[in-house]
Amino acid sequence: MDRDATADVNAPHSMGTTIVGVTYNGGVILGADSRTSTGLYVANRASDKITQLTDNVYICRSGSAADSQIVSDYVRYFLHQHTIQLGQPATVKVAANLVRLLAYNNKNMLQTGIIVGGWDKYEGGKIYGIPLGGTILEQPFAIGGSGSSYLYGFFDQAWKDGMTKEEAEQLVVKAVSLAIARDGASGGVVRTVTINSEGVTRNFYPGDQLPLWHDEVEAHNSLLDILNASNPEPMST
Amino acid sequence: MYTLLGEELNLQITSHFHSSQQKLRSTIVITSRGCRSSKPSSPIFRVDCESVFDLLKLSTVDYQSLGISYHAMSCHVIMKKFLSRKQSEENGVFADMVSSQNESSLLSSEGDSQRTQYPYVTGTSVIGIKYKDGILMAADMGGSYGSTIRYKSVERLKQVGKHSLIGASGEISDFQEILRYLDELILHDNMWDDGNSLGPKEVHNYLTRVMYNRRNKFDPLWNSLVLGGVKNGQKYLGSVSMIGVHFEDDHVATGFGNHLARPILREEWREDLTFEEGVKLLEKCMRNLLYRDRSAVNKLQIAKITEEGLTISEPYSLKTYWNFAAFKNPTVGAEGSW
Repeated sequence: MDRDATADVNAPHSMGTTIVGVTYNGGVILGADSRTSTGLYVANRASDKITQLTDNVYICRSGSAADSQIVSDYVRYFLHQHTIQLGQPATVKVAANLVRLLAYNNKNMLQTGIIVGGWDKYEGGKIYGIPLGGTILEQPFAIGGSGSSYLYGFFDQAWKDGMTKEEAEQLVVKAVSLAIARDGASGGVVRTVTINSEGVTRNFYPGDQLPLWHDEVEAHNSLLDILNASNPEPMST
Repeated sequence: MYTLLGEELNLQITSHFHSSQQKLRSTIVITSRGCRSSKPSSPIFRVDCESVFDLLKLSTVDYQSLGISYHAMSCHVIMKKFLSRKQSEENGVFADMVSSQNESSLLSSEGDSQRTQYPYVTGTSVIGIKYKDGILMAADMGGSYGSTIRYKSVERLKQVGKHSLIGASGEISDFQEILRYLDELILHDNMWDDGNSLGPKEVHNYLTRVMYNRRNKFDPLWNSLVLGGVKNGQKYLGSVSMIGVHFEDDHVATGFGNHLARPILREEWREDLTFEEGVKLLEKCMRNLLYRDRSAVNKLQIAKITEEGLTISEPYSLKTYWNFAAFKNPTVGAEGSW
């Protein structure tokens, strides 16, 4: 990576994505947008950034697509072996620490921020944030990616402890949707994954069904529909 | 019989040749030598020359035409690399630092030989003071990500063994790694089961060695640490920086604390401070940092360590004061100024 001594160490690298993970009373909900960009071009407008590691642990990936994919592949491989040896499902803490090991020991080469979320029978639902550098922090909720800059204030105000599953899901969708509204590197659909004692549920919120925020307008098939709907002679002066 | 001295490793490489026109096969015996004699002492390694050339990946060069000195020189270079790796494996605990990254080549890469990292998630100042019964330390709970205050519940004060307390500023992931090293240190100390336990002075020295040796490899742990404790009635307070600079003093601070807190402490610190006076003094410093350090957050912990034991307070916040006439009307008489 090309970094010289004059690089501004105060400027965090922006990562094209919005990822979110929240705990609720009973489990966790992970959410992400679906845009993968290479520079200004949207390489994939429907990517799936929420990746499975085991039956009960999923991760949200942000930053370099290649780096986050290879990290998740290695951790999935290690967790698989660990599960066989352990004889029972791996805990979220173990999964998170494996991610941390890779992130920390290769900190000079990797550029990926990861949110690990899952449910195990010992600790219940847990979220671990692993930002650039390989710090591991267990949090009641975590946000990451370039779009997360726009969500610090939102979560400061909207987050509550002990939400229900429905409240938490709505919060996640609202958050990712708000970030998509302002972050050029985030867009597409909102995907969520809910993990609890009963199992895993995936949800899909297409871009055109997300709420409209400030200065956004309703979508139409064509101008003609608008013109025909209002009155017969619309475009007269 | 040809000999070559390897200056860096103080070796004597003796090569014996079985002459052959087609192939140069020989056995290189690397020996240790304490004095300048051509008589090799006990051999350490016996390496077949062919494998050395494999390492070198020399192509089908006519070695004979190049001459023996080339042969010996190239072997010297390879042996140097081979042995320096061996030596670092024998260096005990510091090899753990180096080779913990090589424990599984899958978990880490030997890619960079010239690392100097950049900090990502950082903690700001830590302040420590000696007081009548022991040591008091304060640090806020912020983890900054550049100019964003990203995390507000990072515990930067931690217990180390029975007698010590560590506070860290700088990169949080490196602090987490240091805590793992200290865990192992204390574990091995306990395993001796000899009734003795590492005191703050020893832990401080250990940390100093770790930080300095990492700095020498251009691969620092990006932290400034404060280490304090009491053992057998003796109070100890020291600090270590990321380049291995270390101090022992009655009051220490890291980062901004050096500029904002130390001057206050120089005026107001006394040997016989009570716990209440010490806490008030630390809070005065922390409030000042809160006003003037951009990366400070208003949530802090104060830790106390005495001969009896260690307590780290629950997180709490400080009141701040803004109700000054000059603050309400700062530009009276000079409109447009600030």
